Order: sequence, then structure tokens, then C-alpha cells
Amino acid sequence: MAFFAMFLSILFRIQLAWPDTDFPILEAFLGKWAEGGRIKPDFFLSLVTIHGTIMVFFVLTAGLSGTFSNLLIPLQLGARDMASPFMNMLSYWFFFTACIVMISSFFVESGPASAGWTIYPPLSALPQAIPGSGTGMTLWLVSMTLFIASQVVGGINYISTVLNMRTKGMSLWRMPLTIWALFLTAIVGLLSFPVLVSAVVLLVFDRGMGTSFYLSDIYIAGQALPNEGGSPILFQHLFWFLGHPEVYIVLMPALGLTSEVIATNARKPIFGYHAMVYSLVGITVLSFIVWGHHMFVTGMNPFLGGVFMITTLIIAVPSAVKTFNYLATLWRGNLRFTPAMLFAIGLVSFFITGGLTGIFLGNSALDISLHDTYFVVAHFHLVMGSASICGMLCGVYHWFPKMFGRMMDDKLGYLHFWFTFVGAYLVFFPMHFMGIDGVPRRYYSFTSFPFMQEWLSVNVFVTWAAIIAGLGQVAFLFNFFYSIFFGKKATQNPWQANTLEWTTPVEHLHGNWPGEIPTVYRWPYDYSKPGHDTDFIPQTVPFSATMSSNLPHDFDGDTTAEKIQRDWDKEHGIERSEYSH
Amino acid sequence: MRLNRYINCKVLFSALVAVSLLWQNPALAQDTTAVDTAASEGIISSSELQEQNDSTGAAATTTGNAVASEVPAGTTAAAQSQDAANAEAEGIPAQVYNNFFYYVLLFVLLCVAVGVIGKILRVYDLSRNIQGKREGINWNKVHAVLFLISLILGMYGAYWSYVHHGGIAFKWAASEHGALLDNMFVTTTVITTIVFVLTQALLMIFSFVYRYNPKRKAFYYPHNNFIEKLWTITPAVVLTVLVLFGFFTWRSITNVPEDVVESSIQIEVTGEQFAWTVRYAGEDNKLGNHHFKLINPSNLLGLDYSDKASHDDLLSSDIVIPVNKPVHFTINSKDILHSFLIPEMRVQINAVPGMATHFQMTPTVTTREMRNKRNNPDFDYVMLCNKICGSGHYNMQKKVIVVSQQEYEDYVAGLNPFFDETAQKAFQAAQSNSDSKDIQQVAFNK
Repeated sequence: MAFFAMFLSILFRIQLAWPDTDFPILEAFLGKWAEGGRIKPDFFLSLVTIHGTIMVFFVLTAGLSGTFSNLLIPLQLGARDMASPFMNMLSYWFFFTACIVMISSFFVESGPASAGWTIYPPLSALPQAIPGSGTGMTLWLVSMTLFIASQVVGGINYISTVLNMRTKGMSLWRMPLTIWALFLTAIVGLLSFPVLVSAVVLLVFDRGMGTSFYLSDIYIAGQALPNEGGSPILFQHLFWFLGHPEVYIVLMPALGLTSEVIATNARKPIFGYHAMVYSLVGITVLSFIVWGHHMFVTGMNPFLGGVFMITTLIIAVPSAVKTFNYLATLWRGNLRFTPAMLFAIGLVSFFITGGLTGIFLGNSALDISLHDTYFVVAHFHLVMGSASICGMLCGVYHWFPKMFGRMMDDKLGYLHFWFTFVGAYLVFFPMHFMGIDGVPRRYYSFTSFPFMQEWLSVNVFVTWAAIIAGLGQVAFLFNFFYSIFFGKKATQNPWQANTLEWTTPVEHLHGNWPGEIPTVYRWPYDYSKPGHDTDFIPQTVPFSATMSSNLPHDFDGDTTAEKIQRDWDKEHGIERSEYSH
Repeated sequence: MRLNRYINCKVLFSALVAVSLLWQNPALAQDTTAVDTAASEGIISSSELQEQNDSTGAAATTTGNAVASEVPAGTTAAAQSQDAANAEAEGIPAQVYNNFFYYVLLFVLLCVAVGVIGKILRVYDLSRNIQGKREGINWNKVHAVLFLISLILGMYGAYWSYVHHGGIAFKWAASEHGALLDNMFVTTTVITTIVFVLTQALLMIFSFVYRYNPKRKAFYYPHNNFIEKLWTITPAVVLTVLVLFGFFTWRSITNVPEDVVESSIQIEVTGEQFAWTVRYAGEDNKLGNHHFKLINPSNLLGLDYSDKASHDDLLSSDIVIPVNKPVHFTINSKDILHSFLIPEMRVQINAVPGMATHFQMTPTVTTREMRNKRNNPDFDYVMLCNKICGSGHYNMQKKVIVVSQQEYEDYVAGLNPFFDETAQKAFQAAQSNSDSKDIQQVAFNK
């Protein structure tokens, strides 16, 4: 799906870069949507819409929380399987059907949905306004409903697994950050996705049954519609009540995965584990009260806009804390640049760059002129697009040995990373400036306005960067499929990591562990602990086996354990800082 | 095992090359026949043929690589003959496919090159191993250096972009509230740029300095509450300042006192697919009521002429406003969502069907002054649609002209009212028939 959506984006980038050039080959593929080799405006909007929908929902949501929750939650918590394998399966097939339905919209006469991925009515409700709002939109709505069903079923499963099926000793405060992130993501998803269903259902009513939830006072195609009393703003509230948490649904798993990867490959405990968890919790809670920042200039009550601005800028604080903690984790680490680690560092970089521009957009006053411009495009593509996709790729490279029992090729991974990292910056950085100049997003061509002419050369540059970065992804595609079958055989713990999934055998077996489920004795980040002979101590190693490296805070105030340790220290003549504080 | 696979790979690769070479001769022969048949059927005109030759010739020279140019030429010809039938049916010239497959082949060649480089690296690694030296290339070092280079180049690129693109993009606003926003924008930019440079520099420098060294052990440093508190509170304080700054500015823009609004020039702009209609309030400075069911080809905005305030409302083709006078825009939409954006004046508000929205602003620079300032005699302020609204979304604009008070008065005096003779006649006819009027009123839900 990701590659499909990327291909769509390259199609519309071509249109943006060379608005006056014919590309006859497009007609061969797209038929009447690109007659004479030029993409039509309607189809351009379809491309934009489906690119956004697939990327946000089908790639970043399903690919991150969907894939990695089902893989890592049981493995890192020490469970035989998910709480309900049946729901897991149900979730998968709902998702699969949703994908089919979404793509099938390319094969209907009137084309796929084309009202933007936010499908604001009345545009999305009226086929008179745009052809894509006919059958294409119906398929979009059906697909999204199935998708949400999949997410909800999956989310319930994740939450119940995390809460009920942790192995002995795996207290909440010993869970890897990955699990924390996936757990909180599931909670956010479970609470917010149903709201989108309600929005979708009301839109279905408006489209097919003559209700007026979102429609009012419309005169279109030469006639006045009977609908009165509805409000398009209502839809926006409902949509963004999901839509904003959705951003964090996409981002939090990526942050969770990178936390784990950075700690492992920096050979250093993640800095401020508790602060990391609290900031995730903070983001979770705050994500529900910031949706209005998408609506500053929609005609929403301006006072409300002010309130949403305050909540929005508060959410920047936990994000900043996370960034600083990542940096502190790298500080004096011993960094191994595996492909996963490279992508993790890429995530941090994108997260900073994209996050900072959020301070502009979260400010309702500055948003007046930046709203819906390329500045926004640059912002969310960096912070939620590039950062999350980096998190996802980082996860794929890191856990590939766990998924398929083989290793991916490192060198192709390196090539892939540098193409992606540099490419994404070249594509999205110049867009900020177009936005500051007031160039609106979703414009089919820039030729109608004199002030946009100056950006045409930038557009060409961006498109070339996008094409090259896109071709760079072929390295990944090849690497992925080649390595599944012909990759080097993986060892049990190829990254010398602490978490439980690396204690399972390389060969997959039902129930994950052949014998008893391992017991957990410590937190997952005991890397490079002073006094220990190796630079990692897996979670399954009891403190009694590491007497030389135990630290006071390891015992959580357990006086018996502290006494035993003190006696041992005395015996071996080791001085440690005081135990009780 | 490994050796076996390696040989296998080589065999496969050489077979591939051999096949592509084999293709060359028959394919070239086919090329001429294909062209012949095509020409005789009159599908490809001679000029197109010329183009075809040109393009292949140009391609050959650009690649500057004999092998690279021969292989695609041969294979594209084969592709051409294969696809000729399809192309005839669809009416797409076969040349199109040729070009496409040419690029595809170029890419495949590139991939092969990457593969070869990969193999060379492997051989280098292995030979180092055999010689008993330390293990091959130190990739950790390579990446560490690359991170450092990307930091330097990236920072230079960002700087260049700030200067070059920023110079094109950022222009001081031409409105009163825009000046406040610009101040805030600059402040925010300075703060975020400092943070951007510092954090990216730290990220990349840490990546460089603390690259893997088997002799070293990382510093076990799980947490430090003081530092964590520090970097929770610092951003919080900075953001509080920005929030307060933003909040009060926002309130001052959106929360205009009632009497100021009433004394401002009233202009209504109504969006529809894909045009805007501008209505001036006329002498009474009051916009008359309108209702969407009254819209018809002779009453574009559905004005309700039973409301006397609508009688002096004026239709204008552009938005012409006097400099330094407050203007109150009322934004409406006839069909779907649009957005009223004047980038130069930092004005934006959505056009919502069924709900009027408002924006109060004061322009500070006339169009003429701006033309002189920018040294661009063609400059015009422009208002454009900024909410996706269909196929014509990308070209839904209105000129905004800022003039002196005198010029403004002259302009308005020359405008035509909506309630012109035809409209008056239609309205009187409707009124004289009181029955129908009653029915109409019921229908309007008034």
C-alpha cells in the first residue's frame, strides 16, 4: 500500500513540476483521466486524496500499530499469543477488505474520492460538485468503516493483552517503551476512531437519505437543494476529533520503536525512562483536546480558537522532552549504526524539524496566513510522514530477524537510509517557503498566479528529489523480499538486546517459547551497566546473577535484597553509594 | 554454499547480459520493419519518426556510454514491436512505450551498477579478511562521517534556503494586523531556528563523536531528574510566552468591537464553483438580506429585495478598498466550502454555506505604492480560494486593489446596483401578485 501511495504522489508531483508538458505514457495507464498525457484536475484531486488516505490510515496506522502491536506485544511481554487470536484475525481481514475496497475505487467510472483526505462536506456529499463524490466516495466511506472496525477490534485486543497477559515479573514499569507506546496508541485509537464512524455514518445519511446534518443553504448546478439547518463545521469537529489523535496514533508507535532501537544500538539505557512514559501519557491525554487547531479559520468561534491554541502549544512540551531525552541517550553512548539505528536517528531529526514548525501552526494568529498552504504540507509530511515512516522502517530492519528468521542486507539498508533521509529533506524543506508565500495546497497547477511562477523551478527540483527518493525505496523493496528467502540466517539475539522477544528460538513455533514462559527480573534497559562483563543484561537475568553490577535503585526499596547486596559488597570490598533514600 | 550462490549469481547475471546482447541484432532488424509498417499505415508521421530518431540520438549522446545506449535501443525496439498492436488499438503512439521502457531500462542498469558496487565491496571485505587485517570497511565510521557531512551541508542548505527562498517567500504584510503577525512570525522563526540548529547539531555531532568503538563502553546514565525538570520547564516557559503573545494578537484580530465593525466599510464576498461575487453595501453601508432559494440567473446572490437595505447594494468585479480604512469582509458561499485568502494581507477565513463568516482588516499599502516598492509594474494583490473545491480550485481568484480614499469613492460611484431595472420589474411583478408572494414567503421559511 505504501508503494502504491508513493506512486500516486509521484504522479501528482509530475503534474506540479511540469504543468504544461504532456506525458503520453500516463494516458496508457490512466486512460481518460490523463487524456493527451495530462492528468486532469479532477483526477489530480483524486490522487491527492487517495495518497493521503492510504498513507495516513492504511500505511502509517495499520503498518505501525497494526503490524508491530501484533508482533511485539506478545513477544516483549512474554505471552503465548494475543489475548484473542480470533479478534486478531478478524482485524486483519477487515483491514484486508478495506484495502481492496479502497483500491477498487480506481476502477469505477467516476473515479476515486477526490475531496481531500479530510473529505469535508458538502464537497464530499455532492456528486454535482465533483465526480469523485459519486461512487468513489461511497467506496471510500465503506472502506473507512471497515478499516475502523479493524482498528477497534485490534485495539481492544492490544489493550487486553497488555493488561492481562504480562509474564511473571513484568510489571508496568518494566515494560519496554515500545509496549507503552503501542498500549497508549491503542487506547487513543479505541476512543477516537468510533467518532469518525459517527461522522461517516451521518455523511452517508446526508448523501443517500436526504438528511441535513452537514448541508445547508446550497445552490449548486443551477438549483437550490432542499437541505437546511446543517453545518459543515460539525463534520470538521467530528473528523478532527479523530483526526488529531490519529496523528499521535501514527507517531507514538514510531517513537516507541525508536526508543527501543536507540537504546539497544547506543548500548545505553534510554535516558529518563519514566519521563518518556509520562510524556507519552501526556501526549495521549492532550491529543484529545487539541483538534480545534485544524479549524482556526473555518469560522469556528474565535474564542474557542484561542483555547485550542493554548492546549496545542502545551502538547509541544512532552514532545520536546522526548527529543531531549533521545539526545541525552545518544550522549556518551557507543553507537552502532545498523540500518535500524540510522532510521531511528532519522526519525529524531525529522521529529525536530517537523515539530518546530508546529509551533507556527499551533498559534492561531500565525495560522491565519499559513493555514492550508504548503507550510502545512511541509510540516505534517516531516513530523508525521517522514518521522513515522522512519520509525516504521527502523522497526522493520530491527525486527526483521524476528519476523522471518533471516537478516536483511546491511549495505542496501544504508543506501536506502541515505536516499530516504536526504530525499525527504530535499522534498519537504523548500515547501515551507512556498507556504510562507501563501501558495495553497491541493492546487492542480501554479500557472494561474504570477506570484506562484517563481516557485515553478522549486517544484521541478522537488519532483526530481521525490522521484530519486522514490527509486531509492526499490533498494528496500528488493532487500525485504530477497532477504525473506535468501537472507543470512539470523542468530537468536542478533542485536544483543535485552527484551524478551530475543529469548525465543529463531524458528517460529506456536506459543512463542518452547518451554515455560521466561520470568522477568529487571527493566529492559540495562545496557553497559558498570561492573558487568558484557554490555547488556537481558530482562530474564535475575539480580542474583549480576551481583557485581547491581545498583541501589534496582531494588525498589526491597530491604531484604538491599541487605543481601550489602553483604555481598562487603565480602568483595566494593563501595557503593548509600542504599536507602 | 555461499560460494555456490555467488557463482549462481554470476551465471545469472552473465546470462542476462548475453540475452540482452542477443536481442540487439534481430531487434534492430525488427526496428526497421516495425517503422516501415507503421509508416505505411500512416500511424506515425514522418515528423514523428524524425522525433523518434532525434530522441534516441539524444539519449545516446547524453548517456555517453556505448553499452548503455545500445542495450535500451535494441530492447525498446523489441518492446515497440510487441506493443505496436496495443498502441494501434488505443491510439497511443508506440514511441510512448519506447520512451517509457528506455527509462525503465536505464533504471535497471543503474540497479545492476549498484549490485556490482555491492559485490566489489563484498570482495574487498573478504580480501581484507583473508589478509588477516581488521574487518573490511568500518561502516560505523562511514556513517558517523556522513552524519557530520550531512550536518554541515544540511545547515548550509537550510541557510541558503532561508536566504534564497525566504527572500522570495517572506514579504512584510500590507495590513495593520499583518504587521503584528509578522512580528510574531519573526520572533517564532528566530526561536525555532536556534532550537533547530542546536538540536540537529547535537544529534549529528553525538552521532559522530560517540560512534562505535569496541574498546569503549557506553556511559550508564539512566536519568537525572534535575536535567529532566530543566528541559521540561524551559520549553514550557518559552511556549507560554509565545502562547500569550499569540492569544492576545488573535483576540485583537478576531474580537473587534461592535461599533468599529458597524462603522467599517461593509463588503460581502460570496464563493461558488469557481468564482467569487463581490457585493458592496452601498450608501447605507448595510448589506441586504439574501436567501439561497431566491438565487436565479438574474439574481446571482439571491438578494431579498423586500429588505430595503439590499436596494443600494452594488456589484463589483474586483475588490477595491481604500488604504488605511477598516474594512469588514462578510464571506458567504453558495455551494460548498471555499476559503477567502489574501496572502499579502494575512487574511483568511473559510466560506461556509449557510453560515456567514467575517474578517475585519485595514490595508496599509496601496497597490501603486507596492508596485513601486517591489519594482514590479504588474504587481497586484490577489485573493484566492484556499479550500479544496473541485476541478477549478487552482484558479479561483479575484483581484484586490488598494487605492486612495478619493479613488475608492470614484470607483464605488461607478458601480451598478444589483437592484437594477430588470430586477425591479421582476420584484414588482412578484409583489403585485400577492398570492404568489405569500406562497413564496412560506417557501422561504421567513
